[in-house]
Order: sequence, then C-alpha cells, then structure tokens
Amino acid sequence: MIRLIDISLELGSFALRSINLEIEDGQYFTILGPTGAGKTRLLEIIAGLQVPDSGEIWIGDKQVNELPPERRHVGFMYQDYLLFPHLSVRKNIAFGLRGQSPGETGSRIADLSGLLKIEDLLNRNVADLSGGEQQRVALARALAPRPRLLLLDEPLSALDPQNRRAVRRELNAIHHQLAMTTIHVTHDFEEALVLSDRIAVINHGEIMQVGAPEDVFRRPTSPFVASFVGVENLYRGEIVREEKGELLGSNSFNAIFQSGPLRLLVVAEYEGPANAAIRPEEITIATEPSHSSALNSIYGTLVDVEARGPLFQLKFDAAVPIVAVLTRQSFASLQLEIGSKAYLSFKASAVHVF
Amino acid sequence: MKKPTLLNLIFSLLGASFVLFLLAPLVKMIFSAHASTLAEALADADVRSAIALTLLCALVAMIIGAILGVPLGYLLARRSFFGKRFIEALVDVPIVIPHPVAGIALLLVFGRQFFGGRFFSNFGLTIVGDVPGIVVAMLFVSAPFLVNAARDGFLRVDPRLENVARTLGYGPLRTFFTIALPLGWRALLSGAIMMWARAISEFGSIVIVTYNPKVASVLIYDRFTTYGLTYALPVAVILVLICLFVFALLRGINLRPGHQVTLI
Repeated sequence: MIRLIDISLELGSFALRSINLEIEDGQYFTILGPTGAGKTRLLEIIAGLQVPDSGEIWIGDKQVNELPPERRHVGFMYQDYLLFPHLSVRKNIAFGLRGQSPGETGSRIADLSGLLKIEDLLNRNVADLSGGEQQRVALARALAPRPRLLLLDEPLSALDPQNRRAVRRELNAIHHQLAMTTIHVTHDFEEALVLSDRIAVINHGEIMQVGAPEDVFRRPTSPFVASFVGVENLYRGEIVREEKGELLGSNSFNAIFQSGPLRLLVVAEYEGPANAAIRPEEITIATEPSHSSALNSIYGTLVDVEARGPLFQLKFDAAVPIVAVLTRQSFASLQLEIGSKAYLSFKASAVHVF
Repeated sequence: MKKPTLLNLIFSLLGASFVLFLLAPLVKMIFSAHASTLAEALADADVRSAIALTLLCALVAMIIGAILGVPLGYLLARRSFFGKRFIEALVDVPIVIPHPVAGIALLLVFGRQFFGGRFFSNFGLTIVGDVPGIVVAMLFVSAPFLVNAARDGFLRVDPRLENVARTLGYGPLRTFFTIALPLGWRALLSGAIMMWARAISEFGSIVIVTYNPKVASVLIYDRFTTYGLTYALPVAVILVLICLFVFALLRGINLRPGHQVTLI
C-alpha cells in the first residue's frame, strides 16, 4: 500500500496543501485535475525527486521520506517520455538493469519488448522513433527494474487521438497482466474513467474528492468536481454492432449500447465494453412518444425536480436514472409533477460513447 | 530585384568598414612575413621552445580548469544556493580586469613569501618566475570561458533526464557521469578549446608572473622591444596561425546543430 499523509509543499505561488491518499497494492489509481493543479509535483514527491515541506510518504510498511529516489524502486514516466538521446533503444531499456548479468538483462529486455511490441525497435536510435514508439520504450525502461510502483505523468497526452485510444487499452491490459500498482496523472476524465480503479480529483494543490470512478463522476461532492468531471447520465456497458450497422463516414457505424435494461442507439467506432454519457441539455421531454427511428426514446417517471438558476433539473427513473433540464417555461407548459410519466428523446449522435 | 532600403545601405557600409578594420591588420601581417623568414623563425630553438611551452602550459591549464571548473559549472546550472549570483559574477571577473592587474594579484598569493607560494614549495614547486607560474596565470584568466561553457552546456540538458536516471537506481554521481557528462560533452569540449585558445594568447599576466622562460607572446614582446618589428613579425605570424587553427577547430564543433557555445 502507498500512503501519503499530510503532504504539503510550497514553491513560489504554487502549493500542495495537506494531501492524504491511500493506494492499495495492484490498484490503478488516477490523479485527475486541470493543468497546474500540482499533479506532476505530487508524483515527483512520491518518487523522491522533490522534497515536501512536511508530511509522510509510506511505500509498503516503510516510511521513505529519507530515501533518495534511487532507493525507492519507483518507476517514473514523464509526459514527454525523456528517453536518453545518447543511447539506443536497447540501452535505454537496459539502463535500470545495471548490475545484472548479460543473460538476465537480455531476457528481461526480450520479455518487455515482447509485452510492448517493440522487438523491432531495439537497435534503433531514439531520435528516429514516433511518439507512440517512444512511449512504449519509455514504459519498458520504467518497468525493466521491476519497480514496486509505477508513476505515469500524463502518459497519453502527447499522442494523437487514434493512438491514444490504442495505448489506453494497452496500458489497461499491461496493468492487468503485471498487477503493478500504478499512479496515473491526467487532465482527461475519459482516460481516468476507462483505466482507473480509483480516482482522486485535485485542484489548486488540494484533493477535492477520492472515490471509484462512477462515484466521482455521478456524485461530485463539490461544484469544482461537478463542473470539471461531472456527468449525470453516465452508463457502463457494451457496444454491439447492429447486423446491418450502416457505415457512417470512415470508421463509425450505427450500433446498440447495452447497459442492463438500458438499450441505446449510438454512433460508435468500435465494439465491446464502453461507457456512454448523455448531456442533460441534449434530452427533450414529451408526453407523447416520438416516431423517428433515429431517435432514442425512453419512457420514464419523474422522481425529482430541482431549480438551477433559470433551468429546472429533472430526475427520471427509467429503470436507470436519467437527468434532463428544461427552462421554467417549458416545464410549466408540460404540466409535469412528481410521478408524471414522460418520453425522453435524444439523437443517437448525442450519446457520447468512449 | 528587391529595392535596397536606406537601412540596408547604411548598415552595410558601416558593417563593411568594421569587417575591413578586423581583417586588414591580420591579413597584412600574415602576408608581410616572407616564407624564408618564417622558416628561419621555425628553425630558431628559442622560438620553438617558446611555442612548445605555450601550447603545453595552455594544455595543463585547460586540464586543471576542466577538473576544477566543470563541477562548478554543473553546480551553477543545477543547484540554487546562497551566494550563487556572487559566484557567477566572480567567475567573470578575470575577463574584465586588466591582465597585468591579475598578474600582480597572483604575485601576492603565489609569490615565494606568500601562503600560496609557501604551500606549493612544500611539493618542490616554484610558481612565480617558473613554468608553474605560467600555468597559474593562464588558468586564472582563461578558466571563466570553460566554467561558463560548462554551465550553459549543463543548462541545456533537461534535468528531468537526470531525474529519470535517479528513479532507475542511479545515485547523483553516477547520474552525472552517465547522463549530464555525455550529453553536455560537446559544450565542454568547445569551452575547453576556447579556454586553451585564450590561454595561448595570454600575455599581460604572464609577463608579470613569469618573464622567463618565455611563452610565445612574451617572446614576441621581447623581440619587438629589443630588436624591433622585423624580428618580432615571423614569431607573431606563427602564433596567429596557431590561434586561427584552434579557433577553426572550435567553430567546427560549434557548427554542429544545437551546440552553440557563446564566448562569455
């Protein structure tokens, strides 16, 4: 277990304030927050590269405050990978294997390059690698000495969106394969949701909320978390391609998203496990069913109404909870009250699947 | 064709005058010495030993400067500490003070009756009036070039590369030798050659600390005041050609992309 107790750090105008975190062994833990929230500093503190003003860092049953980085056995990967430019790919990966026999080093490099699919790159110069390749090499380098903990600083943000999704899945797969305790820092809530066992949201050097991904996204405990990550209509399920799922554009197609009793028409780019989110303002409410086939139409019961400035937020129960918003005027003209039944409609393209 | 602007016209004229001012004395001097007198000078045992002494002392000064100055450059690039700005300014002082003044200051430390001189006499080394004095004077006036080049070179190495090495089990010293040094070596080499060139051309402080044995610049001065221009000229030409060669070497290193080294 990794424990941070009351970690504080002040550097000029920047500060981390009394950070407390607990990360279980084997967990994939994400620290989510906007740029400049202090995420990288926090990782550097855990790695021993930055000394906090106060607080305790525990790795396993050992307080490591006094241990220099080289004795903490923590793997660290920076956002821009920072491969050693004067060494080949192979030597980069072997860098942390100092003191091992050539045989051990060779087999470790072979294992890792197989796992990360970089066998063909081993003799290349790091300057000739693409962003995605550099990232794999940096990951192999960090994993090589079998660290107790892996720290990833915005590992996907330097990749283009296509690569990002692929690498995200690989990170997930590798994590499950190695069961390596991982702390991943990001500003991207999709990344956090897809990868994490637990999430901590950080802002201005303070932890705002810690919890399972769904809890943090569905039940933000502060206005900041709500506006930064809050998604009221969020569902975990699976994308299934329709039999004659029409191709739309280059690689998207019509599909069905299934999550328990919920079945949604969506526009997807891949099949399999996924999340779906619907913005409340995309949902129209009617008392009569709609007849367009391109629309999702869900029959639900109004269970709660809350005034939010000029809008009303309406909570419906349709086997799953669904939240929609209406202007005061529309709400009045629909003559809805608690217990009323209504049809909630939204386009397939309004469902964000990821 | 582009219309010449007034600025281009005026600035080109002024710039060309300055280039001519730099070029004329050097070119004139090199071509005023006949090949026969150059060969004669090269055959002169005094000239040859002066040039050998100069190159050798400059090399020793450079090596001592590297051993003492590179660590300082690294500290200046990586750490913040009390008095850092003072030290950065101090490193540049030998460049801005008149070199005879530097020579006098060195006499006051390394003269036989002062603590520096007494310390080295324990090891049988006489500084002032002997070869070690030449090295000391060269080191004093030319080390700033190496320290500054080392600092700038290390500043261009991302400290996070060293952080990564630390997390991979490397202590600070091992990290320095495996990351900072190999990545900064071109700047160091360039700074070292710059220091060597500056040491070869030093005169003002050496003439005060150690007149004899004579380094090349002192020999030129000596011949000029004793025998006149004709006798000083061939030696001067040989020294200038050596300096230009070293300088060309330096430019060759600097021309590789991403490794510019400024003089100060």
